[in-house]
Amino acid sequence: MIISKQWLLDDAPKSRTQAQLGRLYVVCLQLAHNPLAVIGAIIIGGLIITALFAPWIATHSPIAQDLSNRLLPPSSTHWMGTDELGRDIWSRVVFGSQITLTIVMLVAVIAAPLGLVVGAIAGYFGGWADRVLMSITDIFLSMPKLILALAFVAALGPGIENAIIAIAITSWPAYARIARAETLTIRNAEFVQAVKLQGASSTRIIARHILPLCTSSMIVRVTLDMAGIILTAAGLGFIGLGAQPPLPEWGAMISRGRVFILDQWWVATMPGFAIILVSLGFCFLGDGLRDVLDPKHGSE
Amino acid sequence: MSGIHIKNLNVSYGNTTVTHDVSLDVSVGESLALVGESGSGKSTVLKAIAGLATNWTGDIEVDGIARGRSIDPEIATKCQMVFQDPYGSLHPRKTIDATLSEPLQIHGIKDQSARVIEQLENVQLDERYRFRFPHQLSGGQRQRVAIARALMLGPRFLLLDEPTSALDVSVQAEILNLLKRIRKEQNLTYLVVTHNLAVVSFLCDRLAVMRSGKIVETADVSQLKSNQLAHAYSKELLQASRLHSGSNEKTPHNDHAQ
Repeated sequence: MIISKQWLLDDAPKSRTQAQLGRLYVVCLQLAHNPLAVIGAIIIGGLIITALFAPWIATHSPIAQDLSNRLLPPSSTHWMGTDELGRDIWSRVVFGSQITLTIVMLVAVIAAPLGLVVGAIAGYFGGWADRVLMSITDIFLSMPKLILALAFVAALGPGIENAIIAIAITSWPAYARIARAETLTIRNAEFVQAVKLQGASSTRIIARHILPLCTSSMIVRVTLDMAGIILTAAGLGFIGLGAQPPLPEWGAMISRGRVFILDQWWVATMPGFAIILVSLGFCFLGDGLRDVLDPKHGSE
Repeated sequence: MSGIHIKNLNVSYGNTTVTHDVSLDVSVGESLALVGESGSGKSTVLKAIAGLATNWTGDIEVDGIARGRSIDPEIATKCQMVFQDPYGSLHPRKTIDATLSEPLQIHGIKDQSARVIEQLENVQLDERYRFRFPHQLSGGQRQRVAIARALMLGPRFLLLDEPTSALDVSVQAEILNLLKRIRKEQNLTYLVVTHNLAVVSFLCDRLAVMRSGKIVETADVSQLKSNQLAHAYSKELLQASRLHSGSNEKTPHNDHAQ
């Protein structure tokens, strides 16, 4: 089977896979026409490639100290200079992308499905289930994200795993709210009633008919939230509750560089740039995805 | 006792009782129309039979099985419903194939592909529409899909809730012809909710006139055709409908019932 443009855009697809691939192709095509989304996608693509190929992209070891070369300005041997222990900042930033990506992915994998399921169940069943689940959600929502994450990390002990758990616990309620709102708008739709009449169980209706309609707004929201997740992770790292030394986490690196910020600006600035760039990338991509996927912004 | 039998049905939404002591018998092979103005409770009766309105008292019996309050998989295979709005009754992110296979998957029926193709043929939809999404189809085509979906499990009873009122006049005729043909071929029993008396005389054998949640008259379609309805309200309805259809010939319109 040859995948050609014509095959993908076929008005009368011959198989399920073709219909779905065709749809995916149309979404990608629309994304490609959105310059900001393309920039975002390139940045995120760059982040993923950097994280995957870090050992080859980095010029030095991220943790090898060289005290005779400490606090060197950016040069051809040390592209972003060196820090107070003589470590190459470029290599640290490159390896730091692995940590950032891990945090972002794990938080998304834990928080988004959790929020989605809680919200869909609350919205679909209504009544007591709704009241109980949404009260819990509201309790979590009522507390500032960073403060709550701080409290969790303080209780669980500092470290990157605990930071991930803390951020995930603080970010699912927003997703639950969105999923509930989406579910409420479609739970009485005729296509849901039709499946009900065919004898489908509630689990089946939620999993196969309601959740697929919530996912696109969820993907948009998660992508937009990624920037916030990165900032929270960096914030935790900055106060010393996130990744522990010598892990090259960007927030922790800024925190170390703070001491030298006036005389050796590059120590704090370089990882700061990395955080800004990646956050911007996720924001751009999220905006683009919203234009394409979110039915409320009308592209269908 | 086969057929659909309703006795003293009172359906409520919250504290409001919508129908009052509705009793109705539809025998096998028959096509009965429920007519009445918007808000008369005719769709509600249909929903109660289907199992979508759960707050009711009285007795509902479908093909010898007393209906409970929840949706019963056994009744699901015998009695299906076609909704009014073909734009809202198909899942927007599922292909026609997925929509039609769903009832088969729920009931664990094998041979899905062949059955889907067979049913598409039955409602005269070309096979090339099979993997399209609903937004790629016209209203009439969507309604055909909705009818095909209702027929997937091989039901003997079909509840039709204003099956043509959301469609263009030209497409209405096609769908009515299709429904008539399918009924004849498969010996189905129809319970049709409509306020279009032309649909009644074309598709049904008998009609029951509803007003404010009560059945005021049950009559034969021949009585409707010969203008011999007994109850004052039925006459009024008939007259209103005649006036309406006179002005209706020039401008196609869509009825939007409750």
